[in-house]
Amino acid sequence: MTYFADVGALARKDLLLELRARDTLPAMLLFVVSTLVVFHFVLPAESSDLAATGLLWVALLFTALLGLSRSFAAEREQGVIDGLVLAPSDRSAIWLGKALSILAFLGLAEVIALPAYALFFRPVDAGLVGGVVLADVGIAAVGTLLAAMATASRARELLLPLLFLPLAIPIVIGGVGASVSGEPARYLGLLGLYDALFAIICWASFEYVVTE
Amino acid sequence: MSTWSRNNRLPALATLALTLMAAAIALIFFYAPLDEDGLNQKIFYFHVPIAFTAYACFGWGGWKALRHLWKGDEDADLESYVAIHLGVIFGVLTLVTGSIWARYRWGHWWVWSEDQLVLFLVLFLFYCAYFMLRYSLPPGPQRANLSAVYALFGVALIPVSILAIRLSQRFIHPIAFDEGGPNMAGSQFFTFCVAVLAMFAVAATLYHLELAGKRLDIRLRELREALQ
Repeated sequence: MTYFADVGALARKDLLLELRARDTLPAMLLFVVSTLVVFHFVLPAESSDLAATGLLWVALLFTALLGLSRSFAAEREQGVIDGLVLAPSDRSAIWLGKALSILAFLGLAEVIALPAYALFFRPVDAGLVGGVVLADVGIAAVGTLLAAMATASRARELLLPLLFLPLAIPIVIGGVGASVSGEPARYLGLLGLYDALFAIICWASFEYVVTE
Repeated sequence: MSTWSRNNRLPALATLALTLMAAAIALIFFYAPLDEDGLNQKIFYFHVPIAFTAYACFGWGGWKALRHLWKGDEDADLESYVAIHLGVIFGVLTLVTGSIWARYRWGHWWVWSEDQLVLFLVLFLFYCAYFMLRYSLPPGPQRANLSAVYALFGVALIPVSILAIRLSQRFIHPIAFDEGGPNMAGSQFFTFCVAVLAMFAVAATLYHLELAGKRLDIRLRELREALQ
């Protein structure tokens, strides 16, 4: 399976780079905790804990955007992307490897964010954790492709949130629904459907984003 | 395609659109019966056909985007862009007419419980981002590819958003509108169908008009470059 070996090598490269340079992950961790603190002051005293759950999702989304906007920085600045495109492997492997490394970053950020949320606001339940896991897959899949698009444009980092937020609305609906409603199965189903559908589209169309 | 049909398609389409539109307006105001909503209900015959037309434009734009990626059809990029451009215009009209309808029916300009309006707001934001993407790239094959991929995302986003917004009503608004909606009398349904057809014809005319203009523009630029 050379395809999966390629994907593994690409994901490993990103994780190794992060381990050595520590560019993205500390920023994401600090950002998500600071947003939670800000949210404490945003919420009026009488507002319910459910409002805090909604804000947690805002924090997670923007943390993901922060990580995504840097995700192709090395590729762009050092011209790595040309090398990767020329390499004798399927182009979708570039997307999958990058999406996996983004997924790892998101997971690590949430390992800190969810306990912090439980400490500051309200306990975390299974619906919320399931929602976060499924939402991460969707965010990583769509976000990686959009980050590659934004990198190609003149506006760069400015463009990514604009491209990403309208596409993230179903993720937010599914995630918030899974964390606040009594019966999360329906919302987790929506998230699963979103992940499957958009992962297939991203996997199939990534080639056109990096080649001409 | 023969020269005759190319030269005469636009006037023929425009005539058809004009006739259908006149027929639809006549039917709406003189034939379709009033229901308990009174005159306000007439906007239904504009709002819903405009929304359908916007969907059709987005769908057509997505189809052309797919053709561009799949078959490498050079023209399809421009066609996809023009269709989406028209879709956004019809989408804004949907938001405006829907907002007016909501004002007279429920007393508010904006109603979050109205699925259709919320969906069009999401789509409007999405396709505005499409324009941002398109205009921040230099013209060329890469711009065509990225626009096409993003347009395909839009086609996938429409059904997923419909589902998501339906689901979201359960935790944002406890009472949803009933699934059946208002029943339509036969004469109302006929008027509605004519109105949909008329709106489609108007959109098709505008599409070909815009496309002809853009193609002329490109041709002119090519000729200018050849002269220099």
